Amino acid sequence: MSAHQVEDHGLLRFLTCGSVDDGKSTLIGRLLFDTKTILADTLNAIEKTSQKRGMGAVDLSLLTDGLQAEREQGITIDVAYRYFSTGTRKYIIADAPGHEQYTRNMVTAASTANLAIILIDARKGVLTQTRRHSKLASLVGIPHLVVAINKMDLVDYSQEAYEKIKADYLEFAAKVGIDDVRFLPLSALNGDMIVDRGDSLNWYDGPTLLEILEAAPTAHSEHAEKFRFPVQYVCRPQDSANPELHDYRGFMGRVESGAIKVGDKVTVLPNGLESTVKAVQIGGVDIGEAVTEQSVTLLLADEIDTSRGDMIVKTDEAPQAVKEIAATVCWLAETPLDRARTYLIRHTTRDSKAKLTAIDHRLDVNTLEKVPAEKLAMNDIAQVRFKLAQPLFVDPYQENRATGAFIVIDESNNNTVGAGMIQ
Amino acid sequence: MTQRQPLSHLDWLEAEAIHIMREVAGQCSNPVLLFSGGKDSICMLRIAEKAFRPGKFPFPLMHIDTGHNYQEVVAFRDKRAAELGERLIVRSVEDSMKRGTVVLKHEGESRNKHQSVTLLEAIEEFGFDCCIGGARRDEEKARAKERIMSFRDEFGQWDPKNQRPELWNLYNARSHKGENIRAFPISNWTEMDVWQYIEREGLELPSIYFAHTRPVVIRQGAIVPVNVPLVSGELTNLPKAGEEIVEKLVRFRTVGDISCTAPVESDADNVAKIVVETATTTITERGATRLDDQTSEASMEQRKKEGYF
Repeated sequence: MSAHQVEDHGLLRFLTCGSVDDGKSTLIGRLLFDTKTILADTLNAIEKTSQKRGMGAVDLSLLTDGLQAEREQGITIDVAYRYFSTGTRKYIIADAPGHEQYTRNMVTAASTANLAIILIDARKGVLTQTRRHSKLASLVGIPHLVVAINKMDLVDYSQEAYEKIKADYLEFAAKVGIDDVRFLPLSALNGDMIVDRGDSLNWYDGPTLLEILEAAPTAHSEHAEKFRFPVQYVCRPQDSANPELHDYRGFMGRVESGAIKVGDKVTVLPNGLESTVKAVQIGGVDIGEAVTEQSVTLLLADEIDTSRGDMIVKTDEAPQAVKEIAATVCWLAETPLDRARTYLIRHTTRDSKAKLTAIDHRLDVNTLEKVPAEKLAMNDIAQVRFKLAQPLFVDPYQENRATGAFIVIDESNNNTVGAGMIQ
Repeated sequence: MTQRQPLSHLDWLEAEAIHIMREVAGQCSNPVLLFSGGKDSICMLRIAEKAFRPGKFPFPLMHIDTGHNYQEVVAFRDKRAAELGERLIVRSVEDSMKRGTVVLKHEGESRNKHQSVTLLEAIEEFGFDCCIGGARRDEEKARAKERIMSFRDEFGQWDPKNQRPELWNLYNARSHKGENIRAFPISNWTEMDVWQYIEREGLELPSIYFAHTRPVVIRQGAIVPVNVPLVSGELTNLPKAGEEIVEKLVRFRTVGDISCTAPVESDADNVAKIVVETATTTITERGATRLDDQTSEASMEQRKKEGYF
């Protein structure tokens, strides 16, 4: 580490969601601008574009406009990733679009986020879209929601307006079971309560948006989870010139949850054979132990035939092996789900053929009601059941995002057509 | 409930990159890692070591050489591949020119964008189903929406409006014969992360990344290196009539084809100084140094659609 870096509080991935005109792009632009992430030449370019479009002030939302099609339509149509750092923490923003037809993009962006900022226009209050975004964020298991009531400058920074929206939201949140939620008022346009407090919201004494982000727990640091190690690749350098490596058999993967150290008793699934951890390595160097999200190589005391798609777990905390799954699925493809077809499900590093057996109900993302459904089209979210050709080793998604999630692949074109969360 | 110290941001980024490389190794039958000798691909080699040692890399290295690369970088490329004991494939834009598949508009035209043609030819020649590249999302606006596993059709084309959704860390690197995946393990790294990683890992770099004196001219506000010797010894980037050659203390922030990569003025002669300089710079990496990205606001998107990595 270089001398000017005092502390490292890791990396936080968060998501911003809001309706088309809630000022989401402006908020992101403001975060980047006020944390000095925007460099002079980029600022120059957006100044020029702002002038070209006849705008008086620099339009910070232009910073997040990525693709030509978006620039033409003036809207964000796909998930974009942005980066900034405060010196103590690095941030990855997933910028998800707000249109109804882009539910799939929001689910995509939410899948890797640990915090979501839900933007509300102070003039409009809690809208259908607000409810939809909040429900989706909670469905995808984002542990922390921040409701940012934006455009406070357009309601004269009124505390009353803010409190009214907060009360409305809390009433809705209680109904759908969202409990970890924080509120703050802000003006992305003027920069109030984002990085700087500004002078107009003195009645609010809570933290600024950046203070909330700096203090939020990063992914996976909150729970003591069970050890899950899906094997990605097996290293067997038999033909190496080094005779010591002839018996080397390294199981390579990422610790998806929990922790592991030398001497721990483990079971390899699906064959169920037990062994103990002989070494934990990175790049052939012993490190003794590993924690969640580390990519390592495990060596076991016994010779066990193991390949990609197997899972190494601690012996006394094995997950269930299932050949049928009940899950919440978001359909991502333009071609609707076809009940007659066989799909491929990818869960951790393991694939299985799968067939839909039932659609229990569909979630109407606007009314949040369960409605009967016969088929699934793009952006639909439903409760479904699949039967599987191969067993999968699963945990409920609400307990473990890594071993509770799967994607559905259409083998005819190899597209990713669905995203599932196991119950 | 236990509160644990989270991984440092570099450890997290490294772990993610290792995971992605291993997914390529596990899912693809014939991948290749693009290695130019530049700083990003040097980080990629360290990540590959951490991912696969004590085994060999499950892929060869490949460089698409424009023929207009800095001597120092080409020498470094060969040295590094030899040290690692890994196979290096070099395919040359000049060979594509000889075959007639690359036609320059004029002799001085930058060959950078023509790498796409040579790359696609090499993919076909070797039957590669995945190219692992060191591109980062923070480099350029069009890259911000690029997937980590990015699908290319039979013509090597990227369709930004029809990308595969990418959720959790469940990567889909499947392709049919003739199609191709581009995998970007350091998508989530910034220029700063790259330099901090180089510092932490003590990685060696080609000398032109560090402050050195070289003859340059000032052309339309940019510092343009002149009289640059090629590997053959021949000089390229000759000054235009009337241009005044000055000696300047410069370094390169990014290294590519000589005709389109400009250095910045700097006295940073070691990695620690470069980290500090990167933290305080006011110009983006590509804005400062890539003459080819400024042609139009959407030029990277255009090139990517045509098969550029």
